[in-house]
Amino acid sequence: MSAVLASEPFLERAPLELRDAVVQLLPAPAQWLGHHLITILAVVLGFSLFFAFTTVAERKLLGRLQNRLGPNRAGVPKFSILPFHLRHKLFGLSQPFADAIKALTKEDIVPAAADKLLHFLAPVVVVAFSLMTFAVLPVGRHLVPVELDAALLYFFAAGCASELALFMAGWSSRNKYSLLAAMRALAQLISYELPLILSVVPIVLVTGTLSTVAIVQSQGVWSFGLLPHWFVFTPWGFAGFIIFLIATLAETNRSPFDLPEAESELVAGHLTEYSGFKYALFFMAEYFGMTALSGLGVTLFLGGWQAPAPFLEFIPSYLWFMGKLVGMLVFFIWIRGTLLRLRIDQLTRLSWQFLVPLALLNVGNAAFWSLTAHWSGPLNLVRWAIALALVVTPFLLLGRTLSAGFAPRTYRYAS
Amino acid sequence: MLGTGILNGLAVTAKNFLGSFHDPARLVTVEYPEQHIPVPEAYRNFPFLVSESADDPMGTLRCVSCLTCEKECPPQCIVIVRSKDKKPDATGKAQFYPTVFNIDTSVCMGCQICVEVCPFDSIKMDKVFEITATNRFTELLLNREQLAKSNAYYHQIHPVEAAEVDGRLAAERLAAEEKAKAAAAAKAAAAAAKPAAPAAPAVPAPQTPPPATP
Repeated sequence: MSAVLASEPFLERAPLELRDAVVQLLPAPAQWLGHHLITILAVVLGFSLFFAFTTVAERKLLGRLQNRLGPNRAGVPKFSILPFHLRHKLFGLSQPFADAIKALTKEDIVPAAADKLLHFLAPVVVVAFSLMTFAVLPVGRHLVPVELDAALLYFFAAGCASELALFMAGWSSRNKYSLLAAMRALAQLISYELPLILSVVPIVLVTGTLSTVAIVQSQGVWSFGLLPHWFVFTPWGFAGFIIFLIATLAETNRSPFDLPEAESELVAGHLTEYSGFKYALFFMAEYFGMTALSGLGVTLFLGGWQAPAPFLEFIPSYLWFMGKLVGMLVFFIWIRGTLLRLRIDQLTRLSWQFLVPLALLNVGNAAFWSLTAHWSGPLNLVRWAIALALVVTPFLLLGRTLSAGFAPRTYRYAS
Repeated sequence: MLGTGILNGLAVTAKNFLGSFHDPARLVTVEYPEQHIPVPEAYRNFPFLVSESADDPMGTLRCVSCLTCEKECPPQCIVIVRSKDKKPDATGKAQFYPTVFNIDTSVCMGCQICVEVCPFDSIKMDKVFEITATNRFTELLLNREQLAKSNAYYHQIHPVEAAEVDGRLAAERLAAEEKAKAAAAAKAAAAAAKPAAPAAPAVPAPQTPPPATP
């Protein structure tokens, strides 16, 4: 490992060098512990900060998407020990910290009839599990917290556990709205678990591995030294990526699938009986989940930490990963600023009648792709044409069948 | 095709996003403490007392403390104490004046009835809406020094209305002056006629009535 590292440019190995330098300061028996603690600390702190700025970016972007300004007031607070007050609004970037202080100082109300233990445990569990998923994401060429052979399996196992926490929250609140919302949310999450995992299966099928590190490495090839071989640029990869995006939106309760937190019909869903920092923890977990699933999408479909062209490799790999991650999150925010919330029957229908069949067909498409890997020359064109047809035809046919009688909508009273 | 509506929607919001940076007409937000929307001419909130000059507001108050507004005020937020003596007003005529004129703005409902009933155009509606106080029992109770504002200020906040009021007041003064002049002329004529008829019976000449107060 260190021999490979030494040949890397300085920026690429800087985070690891820093960690090793700190570990060297510890006595020898504690070094392994320090090594892992620093990794955990880096993931938790790094992604917590990332979460903080995602929230402010989301609010600002949503504002701009709706011709508003977004939050731009929270500035430098007045510290009473300082003789001066730096009056700068910092473009509202300190908003998340003000929100955190607000959430921490609010009263924490637990209903008298609630199951106290589960009520307390639910937000803790949901944050813990959503943080655990970050462990297998290769953030950089050498920056992967845990290198697992079955990383994908681990990721989905940890990710699914947050559904349990959500139901814990709904059940322990001893509130009918919470319980109803939690059951409905569970129906949604389980419905979308299927297309989410089915959209990832083609990758495993083609690369023949469950390790995220190996999947990223298999995308580090360029045609003509320019076109990256990311899986999103193949017919089955593109279809898989779109299904993955939609399923991710639903899995992380993002608009237009934000039914679990349904203010309009179920008060606030499973969050009804939560206040103060526990409420903030649920939000944190939601954003962690979104970030982790976006990171997985980047890893699987968008080439992970790979640069888009070989001559851009002088930029450190972790910056490429973070850049792509930010791009994914901005896209999710853009979607949130555009689309309306679906009804629960529309939501489950979309999953079971549209996404699941398409994802299953996509697995067959990927099987065809990996069986015809040796085709070359004009046969290669045939291969692309067949794969494209296998994506486009079912999409058009299914789309037409399902939307028959629904579109185009005629408005009788509104012009 | 399925999905084109979503793409159209994304294009609309993207246009909003880009437009909000280069097209100020799109952004409807007014960042209030720094930016203000000019309030309309007809806007009103609390009353103030009109004085003729800004230099000596207490000496040139139009109010003659007739107590009409105090009696008419529906929430009874006006307290007036009339003076014992008379002081010359802007036209030089001796009038009473308010030694105390208080308006409790925590009670005032901004109905403008005091303005409607005032026969002297001495109380008008103000436009100041940024009022804060740390103690509602003392700081929201405005006394006559705080209430008095010059006629120039009135012109500034309600130009059309103030011009109408000034025109009317000037016409009334002119009419009063002419009446006084006419009365003086009649008196002079009567005084001239008196010595011309000494042989008249000892009946005193009819006294001209004193000129009516404007």
